[in-house]
Amino acid sequence: MFEIRIHSRGGQGGVTAARLLALAAMHDGKYATAAPFYGAERRGAPIVSFVRIDDKPIRIYSQIKKPDMVIVLDASVMDVVDVLQGLRSGGRVLVNSANPREFQGFTSGHVDLTGIALKENLVVSGSPILNTPVIGALAKMGIVSVDSAKKAIREMFTDERNVKAAEAAYTEMSA
Amino acid sequence: MKKISTGNKAVAEAVKQVVPAVVAAYPITPQTEIVEQIAEFVSSGDLKSRYIAVESEHSAMAACIGASVTGIRTFTATSSHGLLYMHEMTNWAAGARLPIVMANVNRSLGPGWNIWAEHTDALQERDTGWLQVYVSTVQEAYDATIMAFRIAEHNDVLLPVMVNLDGFLLSHLMQPLDTIDVGDFIPPCHLPHAIDVKNPKGYGGLTGPDQQFKFRWDIEHSMRDSVKVIEATEKEFAKRFGRTYGMTDDYQCADADVIIVAMGTLGKEAEVAVDLLRKEGIKAGSMRLRWLRPFPKLDLKGKQVVVIDRDYSFGRGGILATEIMAQTKEEVFSVIAGLGGQELTYEDVADFVRNRRMGEEFWFGVTNNV
Repeated sequence: MFEIRIHSRGGQGGVTAARLLALAAMHDGKYATAAPFYGAERRGAPIVSFVRIDDKPIRIYSQIKKPDMVIVLDASVMDVVDVLQGLRSGGRVLVNSANPREFQGFTSGHVDLTGIALKENLVVSGSPILNTPVIGALAKMGIVSVDSAKKAIREMFTDERNVKAAEAAYTEMSA
Repeated sequence: MKKISTGNKAVAEAVKQVVPAVVAAYPITPQTEIVEQIAEFVSSGDLKSRYIAVESEHSAMAACIGASVTGIRTFTATSSHGLLYMHEMTNWAAGARLPIVMANVNRSLGPGWNIWAEHTDALQERDTGWLQVYVSTVQEAYDATIMAFRIAEHNDVLLPVMVNLDGFLLSHLMQPLDTIDVGDFIPPCHLPHAIDVKNPKGYGGLTGPDQQFKFRWDIEHSMRDSVKVIEATEKEFAKRFGRTYGMTDDYQCADADVIIVAMGTLGKEAEVAVDLLRKEGIKAGSMRLRWLRPFPKLDLKGKQVVVIDRDYSFGRGGILATEIMAQTKEEVFSVIAGLGGQELTYEDVADFVRNRRMGEEFWFGVTNNV
């Protein structure tokens, strides 16, 4: 089982990213579950969501305590939340950032998802959409296949700019 | 068609397949998404139901009762305090023998103000005459909601059915969902005692001490008969759609020395604890109770039983543990855990089994308790 924790702020699309990822994994022929952790959500507050991917049906409902991977959609949450908490040694970190980020003991990657969203003019209510480009970055990291990523995005969004943003993130993603 | 869906949306998708004539509902966290999605289906024309946006849950159930007595199919959904607010009417629905189907998203009761998973809400409806099923996956929420209509409307049953899913843990969890075309699996609703203006009868009139007990017995008689109907419905569903369910969902029970009994998502996560314990040489099994009413005959002979209750009856004990102790002579270790969404993992469940103290009660997370 591969377990992912996504850190974002309310309204940035972290929950939708989890759903897209689960859908793409399903298209890869795998089992997947995605869940937001529900506390007192409100726009702008740091939130987490979880994705589990496995070859067998998933029977675990409790929160992910030791993720294999952490995704940070908003780097500013790192000032208030320990995003590395419980991350397995050698685990992977993907950060939405124009600049490289180093995390000792972990493999890190970065991609400027916000810049890509702005370039594609993917903005809703003043917030750049990060959930479709991040799936492109995850395809680059081999978490889901490129075909399944695109298929999942097209099932959930009619605007083809979402696919273009994912392709841009795939190209720009630092391995 | 396969998609990724939340438990709530799966219930709404099931309702869309079955097409109740009337849906009357009031939103409450964490059920809201069910009624929002149904309202959206109705407004887009994808679901040809009459949606009545009522001002309270008491009215939601009252509206379902009024509609159902005319012989049409009805549905509602609620949770927690919404269910409690319906309580007077839930008794009426069962007593009037109306096959209303309701989804209840299990949530704790206040105070404190808590919106997370607990089973006490539905268990306070235990004695109303409703059938109750508890589900553990998004797919099961969908399948059980569809089957609930066929079971409720079966003329050997004619009792309302409540489909229970854990708040947030399942209502908001996203899992793969395979939707089906029910076709004639759900036959047209036929209520033998429906109001007929050409043949007027009295409804809800004064019933004297010489009659009331007969109606009570009649409910119990149908409740007993419902076991056969549930089993036949689940068998037919498996034949047509390939997914099998039962009164319980048994995992590694046959040769087990100790069996974990739980309901809802916890009953599924317990299977992972079983795998863990078996690796350590502890012969454990998991028996997830699906149907609480009618209460099935559980095969627990010669087993130690660890019951996990996500509920409590103050002054007595875990409600599930109490029910099981009334049915079996086997020793029970009663664990009270997961109240108000208390975080609980398969590792904790494995610990309950490792450290079991037969005949005792244990409150998870409470220090110095016996």
